[in-house]
Amino acid sequence: MNLNATLFAQLAVFFVLAWFTMKFVWPPIMKALDERAKKIADGLAAADKAKTDLANAEKKVVEEMRKARESAAELRANAERQAAQLLDEARQEAAKIVAQAREAAEQEAAVAAQRAKEALREQVALLAVAGAERILRREINARVHAELLANLKQELK
Amino acid sequence: MATANGPTASEYIVHHLTHLNTSGHKQEAIVDWSVVNLDTLFWSLALGLLTVFLLARAARRATPGVPGRFQAAVEFVVEMVADQAKGIVHSAESRRFVAPLALTVFVWIFLMNAMDLLPLDLLPRIWEGIYAAAGNDPHHAYLRIVPTADLNATLGMSIGVLLLCFYYNIKIKGLGGWVHELFTAPFGSHPLLYPVNFLMQMIEFAAKTISHGMRLFGNMYAGELLFMLIALMGAAWAGTATGAFLWIGHVIAGAAWAIFHILIITLQAFIFMMLTLVYIGQAHEGH
Repeated sequence: MNLNATLFAQLAVFFVLAWFTMKFVWPPIMKALDERAKKIADGLAAADKAKTDLANAEKKVVEEMRKARESAAELRANAERQAAQLLDEARQEAAKIVAQAREAAEQEAAVAAQRAKEALREQVALLAVAGAERILRREINARVHAELLANLKQELK
Repeated sequence: MATANGPTASEYIVHHLTHLNTSGHKQEAIVDWSVVNLDTLFWSLALGLLTVFLLARAARRATPGVPGRFQAAVEFVVEMVADQAKGIVHSAESRRFVAPLALTVFVWIFLMNAMDLLPLDLLPRIWEGIYAAAGNDPHHAYLRIVPTADLNATLGMSIGVLLLCFYYNIKIKGLGGWVHELFTAPFGSHPLLYPVNFLMQMIEFAAKTISHGMRLFGNMYAGELLFMLIALMGAAWAGTATGAFLWIGHVIAGAAWAIFHILIITLQAFIFMMLTLVYIGQAHEGH
């Protein structure tokens, strides 16, 4: 354990090596370490965010599904109501048409009956005249007895 | 080194504990600033360059993406050092130099300590061959391969830490503030206490620095010495029953000590790094 000038050489080497490490070794390694730490932190944060996003999306999906189901039910209810209404209207319309048709037919029937009655009356008058002619064996002048015939017609009414 | 006509046990150990230095023989004086230990210098420089090469490689390839194994290993060490630095040195600006310094110190000292795990005679033997081939006396082919088992290396680094403590003391507190602290802490501001305070501060700095360097040196030197003693057991193999037992003892003790030494080299590197951070951290805090 003798001391000699090796000591000063070692002292110089000590500082040179330390300087080199400070200049060229430490900064890039620390930078890489810090960046990696940041990367990992970012990755973890992103994973967390993705998880929250997924949960939110699922919640949203459920909500949307519920809304869709509700609106579908509403549409169906509306449609049913509308259909019922249409059916109702159609039924009323039909009833109206039937009633009108019946009325028209009744009127027509009444007119026809009237007309037939009148025709019948005409013919009855003619038959009565013809009968009377037979009975009297003499031709009755229609023109002369028009008043008589009209009276007869009147009575037959 | 235990050849048939080889050295005695004490010669073997002395040879292994002698540095390859610029004087060409064992340094006699305790302190001789004209001598440089070439082996310590070579191995510490080589391992220092290996340290920065490995770290720079990892730094160049550093990406925020998925790291490879080497990348992850370096990052693991870097994060460990960064965490420790953050807990001990509270100035973010100082940390920009101190944390890389601690990283270098840790990896570098770990590698220097790890030289102890190489077979004890491997590199010295190769060096002996080269030395002899160059036409020199192989008995003077000294080589010690563990730089941290050289007090010069460990004290060199701990004095480096001391200089950094001075630097940060002045930088944080100002020269006046630091001088004021040297004379008024730890006992208080009273003219009678000034010399006592100053003496205490000087003792504190000296004790910190010497213990910082000595701790690492002592651990590694003792470890190396123990490996040598274990190697002597194996070298006693001579076909006799005692020799055979000693050889088996070498295998068991060598394996056990090497395994335990893995812990020691890591722990000592860690301790040196932590104390570096602690001492520099203390320089940031007023008494």
